[in-house]
Amino acid sequence: MLNPKDSEKLNMAKKESTFGNMLMALLIISLVSSTTLGFVYEFTKEPIRMVEINKTNAAIQAVVPPFDNQPAVESYKVASDLDSLRFYPAKMKGVVVGTAVETYTKKGFSGLIKLMIGLAPDGSIIDISVLEHQETPGLGDKIDKAKSDFSLQFQGKNPAEFKLIVKKDRGDVDAITASTISSRAYCDAVKRAYDAYMSTLVKNQ
Amino acid sequence: MNQWKNFTKGFLKDNPILVLILGTCPTLGTTTSGINGLSMGLATTFVLLGSNVFISLLKNFIPDKVRIPAFIVVIASFVTVVELVMKAYLPDLFNTLGLFIPLIVVNCIVLGRAEAFASKNNVFSSAVDGLGMGLGFAMALFLLGTIREILGAGSVLGHKFISGDGMLVFILAPGAFIALGYMIMLANQMKKKYIKD
Repeated sequence: MLNPKDSEKLNMAKKESTFGNMLMALLIISLVSSTTLGFVYEFTKEPIRMVEINKTNAAIQAVVPPFDNQPAVESYKVASDLDSLRFYPAKMKGVVVGTAVETYTKKGFSGLIKLMIGLAPDGSIIDISVLEHQETPGLGDKIDKAKSDFSLQFQGKNPAEFKLIVKKDRGDVDAITASTISSRAYCDAVKRAYDAYMSTLVKNQ
Repeated sequence: MNQWKNFTKGFLKDNPILVLILGTCPTLGTTTSGINGLSMGLATTFVLLGSNVFISLLKNFIPDKVRIPAFIVVIASFVTVVELVMKAYLPDLFNTLGLFIPLIVVNCIVLGRAEAFASKNNVFSSAVDGLGMGLGFAMALFLLGTIREILGAGSVLGHKFISGDGMLVFILAPGAFIALGYMIMLANQMKKKYIKD
C-alpha cells in the first residue's frame, strides 16, 4: 500500500478542475461508453430476442396440446379488470386446440405471481405453470409444479362447475397447508384468465 | 509494490465481504446457492477488473471534481455489457440473479476500489488489485452460498443429499445474516492468527 505521504503527493498532482476540462472529460467518457454499449447492444439483440421467444414457446408448450403454428407471433391482448392479458392461440392444422393465457395476480404473499394457463376451447383448464413468483420457500412456493402437486388438481377442471376458491372460503380448491394466501392468489390469477377467456367467447358469438 | 501481496490481500486481509463488510446487499441477496454466489462474484470480478484498468488509464485525464461521475459512467458501462451478454447467452442465470446484476453499479466495492486504489496506482497494479479483490469477493460469496445451500436446501452445487427441505431459514434473508455473521467471525480469527502486519 502507499504510505500517507505518497498519496498526499499524488493528490496534489491531481488535475486542476476547470469548467472546460470537466466538460470535456465527462463528454468524452460518455461518448466512448455509449458508443461501446451501442455496439454490444446490436451484437446481443438477436440472441436476446431468440431467448425470449424460446422462453415463451416453452411456457406455452407446457400448458397446451401439441400445435403447429407460432402462438408467440399470433398472440393478442384481451382486456381484463386491471391490466390486459396476453393470449397465445395454439392451432393444429388451423383449428384452435387450446389457448395459453399469461395471467397474474397481485394478491400473492410477497409480490406479483405470474402464471401461464392452458385453456381448452370450452374453457376447461388443461394445465398451469408458474412463470414468476416470490413466495416463501417451503411454503408458498409449493404453487410451483416442481415443488408440490397443488397445481395438478386444476387439470381438466372446468371453472364453470369447479369453483376457483379455496375450500376454507367454500370453494373447491384444496389450499396448500400454511399457505392459504398464496393459494387464494393462485386461484385469483386462474379466475382472471378464465373470465377474460369467457368474455372473448361471448364477444365472438 | 509486491504484486503477490497486492493480489492475495483480497482473499483474507482486505476481503471486501468478510473484513471490509462492503457490498453486503448483493451478498445476502444472491447467495441462495453456491452457483448463484459464484456467478455473482465472477460478474463483479469482471466489472471490477475492467473498471480498475480503465480508471487507472484515465486517472490523469479526469479532473478531480468530476471523478465520481466519471467513475460511475465507466463502471455502469461494464455492468451493462455484463447484463446484455448474460441475458443473451446465460438466460437461466440472468433470471436467478436478475435485479442484482444492474445493482453491481452501486456496489461499494467497485467504486471503493476505483476511488481508493485505481485512481492512485498504475494500470498493472490496479488490474491485479481488481482481480484479487473480485476473486476474494467471489470466494466469500461462493462459501456463503454453499453453506446456505447445504443447510437450507440439503444440496451441494444443486445435487441433493437429503430428500425434502432443509432448514429453510437459511434460504431466507435471516439465515443469510446468521451465516454471514459466523463467516465474519471465523475470518477475523484467521486473520489474527495468520496475518501479521
